[in-house]
Amino acid sequence: MLIEVRAIRKSFYGVTVLDDVDFTLHAGEIHALLGENGAGKSTLVKILTGAYRRDGGTMRLEGAEVEPRDVAEAQAMGIGTVYQEVNLLENLSVAENVYLGRQPRRFGMIDTTRMEREAAALLARYGLRVDPGESLSAYSVAIRQIIAIARAVDLSGKVLFLDEPTASLDAREVEAIFAILRRLRDDGLGIVIITHFLDQVYALADRVTVLRNGKLVGSRATRDLPRRDLVGMMLGRELAEETHARSAAAPVDTPAPIRFRGMGKTGSVAPFDMDIRPGEVLGIAGLLGSGRTETAFLLFGIDRADSGSAEIDGSPVTLKSPHDAIAHGFGFCPEERKADGIVADLSVRENIILALQARRGWSRPIPRREQNAIAERYIRMLDIRPTDPERPIKFLSGGNQQKVILARWLATDPRFLILDEPTRGIDIGAHAEIIRLIDGLRAEGMALAVISSELDELVAYSSRVVVMADHRQVAELAGEEISAQAIMAAMAVEAA
Amino acid sequence: MIRARNLPFAATVLIFIIAYALCVMQFPNMLSTRVVGNLLTDNAFLGIAAVGMTFVILSGGIDLSVGSVIAFTSVFIAVTVRAGMHPAMAFALALVISTAFGALMGLTIHALSMPPFVVTLAGMFLARGAAFLLTTESVPISHPFLDTLGDLFFRLPGKGRLTFLAMLMLAVFVIGAIIAKRTRFGANVYALGGSPQSAELMGVPVRATTIRLYALSGALAGLAGIAYTLYTSAGYSLATVGMELDAIAAVVVGGTLLTGGAGLVMGTLFGVLIQGLIQTYIVFDGTLSSWWTKIVVGLLLFAFIVLQRVILLFHGPKGKPARMVPAGG
Ligand SMILES: Nc1ncnc2c1ncn2[C@@H]1O[C@H](COP(=O)(O)OP(=O)(O)OP(=O)(O)O)[C@@H](O)[C@H]1O
Ligand SMILES: [Mg+2]
Repeated sequence: MLIEVRAIRKSFYGVTVLDDVDFTLHAGEIHALLGENGAGKSTLVKILTGAYRRDGGTMRLEGAEVEPRDVAEAQAMGIGTVYQEVNLLENLSVAENVYLGRQPRRFGMIDTTRMEREAAALLARYGLRVDPGESLSAYSVAIRQIIAIARAVDLSGKVLFLDEPTASLDAREVEAIFAILRRLRDDGLGIVIITHFLDQVYALADRVTVLRNGKLVGSRATRDLPRRDLVGMMLGRELAEETHARSAAAPVDTPAPIRFRGMGKTGSVAPFDMDIRPGEVLGIAGLLGSGRTETAFLLFGIDRADSGSAEIDGSPVTLKSPHDAIAHGFGFCPEERKADGIVADLSVRENIILALQARRGWSRPIPRREQNAIAERYIRMLDIRPTDPERPIKFLSGGNQQKVILARWLATDPRFLILDEPTRGIDIGAHAEIIRLIDGLRAEGMALAVISSELDELVAYSSRVVVMADHRQVAELAGEEISAQAIMAAMAVEAA
Repeated sequence: MIRARNLPFAATVLIFIIAYALCVMQFPNMLSTRVVGNLLTDNAFLGIAAVGMTFVILSGGIDLSVGSVIAFTSVFIAVTVRAGMHPAMAFALALVISTAFGALMGLTIHALSMPPFVVTLAGMFLARGAAFLLTTESVPISHPFLDTLGDLFFRLPGKGRLTFLAMLMLAVFVIGAIIAKRTRFGANVYALGGSPQSAELMGVPVRATTIRLYALSGALAGLAGIAYTLYTSAGYSLATVGMELDAIAAVVVGGTLLTGGAGLVMGTLFGVLIQGLIQTYIVFDGTLSSWWTKIVVGLLLFAFIVLQRVILLFHGPKGKPARMVPAGG
């Protein structure tokens, strides 16, 4: 037994988050830790890796009782971790990030040349070609995530914890990482992975442990556990079979009230045309780095287009900043919600009404009663837990924080809502809810553009799908043409 | 190729060269090794303290106790030497005290998770008060050992002298630069300045680093106090009031981000030299009030803060914070 923990307990401010949880990990095993948003997965990982101190229980590493007091100590024991909130330092170079605390030294001094050479070699194994001396801030989130994984793998002699490590990676990158994880398992490493993708669980994990509301539901071998039962363990109820069958409305054939013509930005997105109609969901597909997010940035005025024009209700408009876009009734829920969206010290209620209040202007505060009503409505609609609207958002689990940010934009009741990866990090129960929600908003006449890497999902709710590759739109599919195969084929054409 | 994060440093060096060239155009005499030698000697104590301040600011902290610690050290040395202690012994004791004092502030900052601003403000009053307790008068000191140190210099081509103080300061800068860029401690300091939470989750020993950091700043403030004592041959409890602010200004003008995480120790050397250069110019001019130093430093500070914002905007993380939707639009 590599790790054996018994009766772990942890509470925050009197609220029990982990209640007598047992957990075991064998060497040479990939173990999935599963559960709904807020079940206590991240907290358990933080306790086992020294980031939090436990209130009770015991932990044994290879039979010996241990109590890592901080992450450094856990690392020294051979435990490497990628935490849910990707923790790297933008101000350091890539190589410094990889080797922080373990820099190769010569005569007591850090040997920068060697460190950068080794970092380059290490990252090359993950298919990354980056300048190891460049500061990390120059690289995209996806690349950073791979670097974080490479770093954790490299420093974990015995155990590797990965808390939603693939949240901003595309299918290709995920597969590359999984190949590496399988190899490490075969070399005898014990790996714990948290994910909300059941496909990943079945593709990778030998065993699963499920938590619900801070309690252990059980541990099973993945092989013997039908998907239905696993979902049942996680939710404590049956989930109507996830079908993701195509249910979206056919494209509407009316003149579009919001039109973009020849919009583009040199070096970011090639000029494109786009029509946005109420009652339609425009799906935007493409591999990571294909220009999807950049397109959204142009639509919302975060990046300024250097060509093309936008037209709303027949009159030309310029979108110089998000402020302009919001004034025209646009909303944008960005991909990096965790990093950029939340105001950690404000309560859930305050986080929800933020965008609405900004649109009204700060001189006309929303009455408290109305604020409460709005907050409660979305807490119920999105099943945000805990349900207390006054709790500071920083105390919510990662998935629940994301739901709050989604609520913030829904609360502004935009005429055109852009969602970038709306289901990432959200548990399977809520996942289905969000897809239903998107469909519901569309049916009420909202115009939506949704960026997603989940092709099944896109197929389920899109009226039209734009496929991007290499910073260009390469295809547009409508109505019956839309299928996962067709989207993949369109992406592949370009890749070839 | 200059990486974006080294742009402020390059700007500082450029400003110094241009400023020096302008000075020389007006007063050709300023182009002499004597002026350069004096520039280094006159600013030695400020430079030494500013190295410690650079580390503290790189970590995202601040140390307001520096000026008071310098005063305390100089008074402590003057009083103990007057009482018959050998200066070398007094120096060693002063360093031990100032280092321990810094370490204690670091421990307090970590253990109570108090803002460094508050803790070092308390330290500032404490050290100043302790200096007053020792004596309120200005105590002159003389000792053959001090004379030996004062006479120690290299003759530069021309009439200039590279004094012991100047060499001490340059050595501190070189060692400081090596510690910052070539040791794990230095890397940890940068990491803390980037994000204390991330640093902790990446296994940076936050407690040890914080303690060592303020101990280093204390030690260098102590060393600056020794330099100051050698420079003025006296200890006075009212000396170097507000000196920490000059040090902070030198650090920022030297290209270090006031919020931490980015900057170079050698940048601070140029930050100090720019301040010294302005003073020298004022001396050469003879009509200007010395307060112009403050005004020019103030303007430079502004310029640098603006420069750093601009660099962040253009070289900020790709499509990330600097340009991300401000929460709520
Ligand atoms: N630092 C904290 N202070 C107070 N409460 C916290 C803290 N961290 C977590 N919690 C609470 O503990 C519970 C479990 O959170 P945790 O982050 O472990 O969930 P999770 O299973 O990782 O969820 P997700 O899938 O959304 O990431 C949540 O109800 C959360 O609100
Ligand atoms: Mg979590």
